[in-house]
Order: sequence, then structure tokens, then C-alpha cells
Amino acid sequence: MMGGGEPPPTAAAAGGPLLLGIEALTKVYPGGQRALDGVSLTVERAEVIAVVGSSGAGKSTLIRCINRLVEPTSGHVRLGGLDLVGLKRRELRAARRRIGMIFQEFNLVERLTVMENVLSGRLGFVGFLAALARRFPPQDVSGAFALLDRVGLAGFENGRADALSGGQRQRVGIARALMQDPDLLLVDEPTASLDPKTARQIMRLIRSLALERRRPALINIHDVALAQAFADRVVGLKAGRVAFDGPPQALTPEVLTEIYGVEDWSQTIRRADDDGESTQ
Amino acid sequence: MNAGTYPTAWRPPAFFGSRTRQRIALFCGAAYVVWSLTDLNIDVNRMLAGFPRALNMLARMIPPDFGRWALLLDGMMESLQMALAATLAGALLAVPLGLAAARNLAPMPVYAVARGFIVLGRTLHEVIIAIFCVKLFGFGPVAGLITLGFASAVFLGKMLAEDIENVRLGPVEAIRATGAGFGQMVTYSIVPQVLARTVGVLIYRLDANVRHSTVIGIVGAGGIGQTLSASFSRYDYDFSAAILLSIIALVALGEGFSDWVRRKLR
Ligand SMILES: Nc1ncnc2c1ncn2[C@@H]1O[C@H](COP(=O)(O)OP(=O)(O)OP(=O)(O)O)[C@@H](O)[C@H]1O
Ligand SMILES: [Mg+2]
Repeated sequence: MMGGGEPPPTAAAAGGPLLLGIEALTKVYPGGQRALDGVSLTVERAEVIAVVGSSGAGKSTLIRCINRLVEPTSGHVRLGGLDLVGLKRRELRAARRRIGMIFQEFNLVERLTVMENVLSGRLGFVGFLAALARRFPPQDVSGAFALLDRVGLAGFENGRADALSGGQRQRVGIARALMQDPDLLLVDEPTASLDPKTARQIMRLIRSLALERRRPALINIHDVALAQAFADRVVGLKAGRVAFDGPPQALTPEVLTEIYGVEDWSQTIRRADDDGESTQ
Repeated sequence: MNAGTYPTAWRPPAFFGSRTRQRIALFCGAAYVVWSLTDLNIDVNRMLAGFPRALNMLARMIPPDFGRWALLLDGMMESLQMALAATLAGALLAVPLGLAAARNLAPMPVYAVARGFIVLGRTLHEVIIAIFCVKLFGFGPVAGLITLGFASAVFLGKMLAEDIENVRLGPVEAIRATGAGFGQMVTYSIVPQVLARTVGVLIYRLDANVRHSTVIGIVGAGGIGQTLSASFSRYDYDFSAAILLSIIALVALGEGFSDWVRRKLR
């Protein structure tokens, strides 16, 4: 799969063809909570999309409906021409391999080594016995070393995941997702458990990795300033509906009031300067 | 603020609903204890009569007779082998049983059947299962092996199921999101989370099986217990004493070993 070099440019790079198409996606939880109410969204470029909205607006539900960790009630999710809604178990597994996911709580398997966590991104591609014996193809192993180096964790491969700091764990989580060589990155509040500086480093890392590989990334994020600093496009959710979809510059106090409700936004909207810290 | 309008005293809610009900429950409990003690017909004289007999028995036990050491060793080895083999068999059976009885993994019907089996299996004490097995398979260690294997599988399966239910779900979801299959999900996200504790429980069960194996022999399921039971019924109290001392030594060794392994695992 991935070496150290640039992946070949895909059709995505040219812009135009549908990368991700969400149509009238609706999710009603068993309790009757209408978490998503006819969300439509199209992604035609390899861009970083920040999904903002107040707590309970349906951000996590949206992301989890895309790879069907949560089963949508109705609607369509098209990934490069394939409708993921209604796929059978085996086809769904194959589709999930094409979608990398990064979590707020990192969700590493703490008792496994860093290397095993990173390699677990390849589980969809290897057989059961090979995975059990930790026998991954040589190109996967070298790809994992390259990614660990890229996220600034060279030399950490034999450490246990529970011996890492929060920022380091998230780097492992990013490496695991990228091991899939995904067509799409889904990221659910990657920085909510991190300090402000580490949060910026992680956002920068996700952004540069997504753009390097020419893949779109959908990032749920609470921090509006971070969203403005690192996204090409912002989608605002309100009570399960799209309330805003546009460039970060268009996030005016009026728009934020529309998404979040009345508040003094003058302190929030401030395109935070890039303070240029390294990725390490 | 106007603190005066709020209550100044607070007591935790009573366990049985209200204070009155709590008192009634306590009273009923006390009455039951008194009634059961009187109903048992505890005869003090009869208890006192036991003491001289105990002294007499003790006197005949000393010195312990290790003369028939070959018979003793045979019984001990049989018990030990029974315990080891039963633990191994139980562990192998416990893996599918534990997976099936974990609510967060198994579909409802599978879960219900597995849980039912565990509940049923745990209501029967080892000695009762042993009596059944001796009837079914005849006297000897085969009955003991099946008894302990069954009891171990049920016990280990229950412990495993409960550990699986307490697993952190985040990593499980993350592995599912990579497109991993069910088996890979189990080996990469569940096994690492439950392995250390499960090995600890397994060692504990091995230790328990060594103790149980000495008991179930008394109902004819082989091992040192059978030898002990035979020596008692022939009034060979000095040989009984030798057997008892050996059992104590074996159980103490087993416990020491299991403590040591579990310390290593932490
Ligand atoms: N498993 C569930 N069962 C029932 N209702 C749920 C479940 N998960 C979420 N909900 C409901 O769906 C709505 C949207 O939840 P969701 O987690 O998508 O919000 P969110 O925008 O991610 O919020 P946050 O910013 O707090 O993470 C909420 O009202 C929530 O109560
Ligand atoms: Mg959320």
C-alpha cells in the first residue's frame, strides 16, 4: 500500500466527480430522538470539512451513519458511486476498509503495542489467522513504520499504547486510520481531550495528511476558531438539519447565532494565527 | 441565598423503601434466625458426647501411618491429574460459552440459552454433579474428570462473559470501523482487554479444582478422596491422618503456586 512517497493522484485531485454524497440522511433512535433530519451534503473535492453545531445537534450521529456504526433510518450515503446504506455485512466490511475513522477518546487497544494498534488498520485486508499471528505483509509493516515516522512517533513501535500521552495516542489513532489508505477520513472531535497547543498540532497533522493523500476529511469539532483555522469548508448542524454550508470566512456572528443560538461571538471569530509550531 | 427555606437534615434513602418497612424486615430476619435455631433441635448433650470420641479418634490418628505410601501417591497423582485435565477441558469449553453469554456480543437467543445453561450449571454443587456422574460413568477418575470439567466450564464461562461485558467499547468500535471481521474484532479488541484477568481466574480455578478433586472422591469419583473415604470406613485412622496431611500439603502448594502466578501477571 503506502510507501514513503506521494500516493498516485486520483480522479479526486482533478475535482468534479462525486467523492461523498449524502442524501436526505435521517436517523431516528429507538427512543424516538430524531438525531438527523434529512441531511444532504456533497463532497466533490479533497477538502477538509469541519462539522460544527451545539451538543446534541447530531454531529457524531452523522459521522457514524456514514460508516454505519450507527444504522441510518433512511437516506443514502454514496462513497465513490456505491450506496453504503443497505449493503450486506460482507460488502459493508469492504466499504469500511475505505473509510478511516479517528476518535475523540483515541480508542486504542491499550494493552496492545503501538505497532499492533497501527497495523490493526489493515485488519480488513488480511485473513483471520494472519491477523491472529501478527503476520502482516511486508509492505504493510514498512508502511506502518513510515506512518509512525510521519506522525512523529518513530521508535515508539514496541511501547504499549497505555504508556503514551493523549497527544501521542491521537497520533497513533491517526496512523491507524491512515493505514487503511482510506478514500475518506471521518474524525469525531479529535482534539476535545487535548490541550490547546496539542489540539492545533493534531489538526494540522490531520489536515496535511488528508491533503497530501488528496482525500476528503469530515471533522466534527466544537472549537469554532480551530474549525476556521484548519477547514476549507464548514457545515453547521442544528437539531439534525444543515443550517450552514460554506467557507469558514462566511461564519459571521449572524450565522453562528443561527447555528448555536444567541451569544456574544466577537471573541470566538478570530481567525487564530498560525503560530507555526512543528508537528512533534 | 435563602438557605433557611431548604431542609437542614438529609438521610440516605432506606434500603427497603421506608424506615418502617426496614424495621419490619429487620424484625422478621431476627425472628427467622431464632426460629431456625430452636427448630434444629440442638442437643447440647449430644454435642458434648462428641468431644471424647474426637479425642479418641485423634489418639488413633497419631502417629500417621505413611506405610502405604504407594497407595497414597497413586491417589494424590490421580487427584492432581483430574484437576489439571478438568481445568484444561473447562477452559476450552468456557471460551465459546463465555462469548455466547456476553450480552454485548451474542444475539439475544444465543445469549439466553448460554446464560440459562450457566445458571442451571451453577445451581448444582460439584458433589451433586459427581454423584450423577458416578451413576452414569461408574466409580473412578473418569466421573471426577467430567464433574470438574463441567463445573469449571460453567464457572470460567460465567467469569469470561462478565469480563467481556465490562470491556471498553471504544476500541471495539474502532476495530469494527477498520472493516475487521468478527473473529479479528474479538482477537484484537476483546482478547487484549480480558486476557490478563482471565488467566488469573484460570489459575484460581486450577487451585479450586485441586481442592474439589479431594472431596468428590468421597462419593466415588476417584482420586485421593476415594482412598480417604475407604480408610475411614475401615477405621484405619492412622492412614486417614497421613492422607489428610498430604491433602493439606497439596492444597497449600496449589495455593502458593496460584498466588505466585497471579502476582507475576499483574
Ligand atoms: N445511542 C443513542 N440512543 C439514543 N439516542 C441517541 C444515541 N446517541 C445519540 N442520541 C441522541 O441523538 C442526538 C444527537 O446526538 P449526537 O451524539 O449525534 O450529538 P453531537 O452533535 O455529536 O453532540 P456532542 O457535541 O455533545 O458530541 C442527541 O439528542 C442524543 O441524545
Ligand atoms: Mg458527538
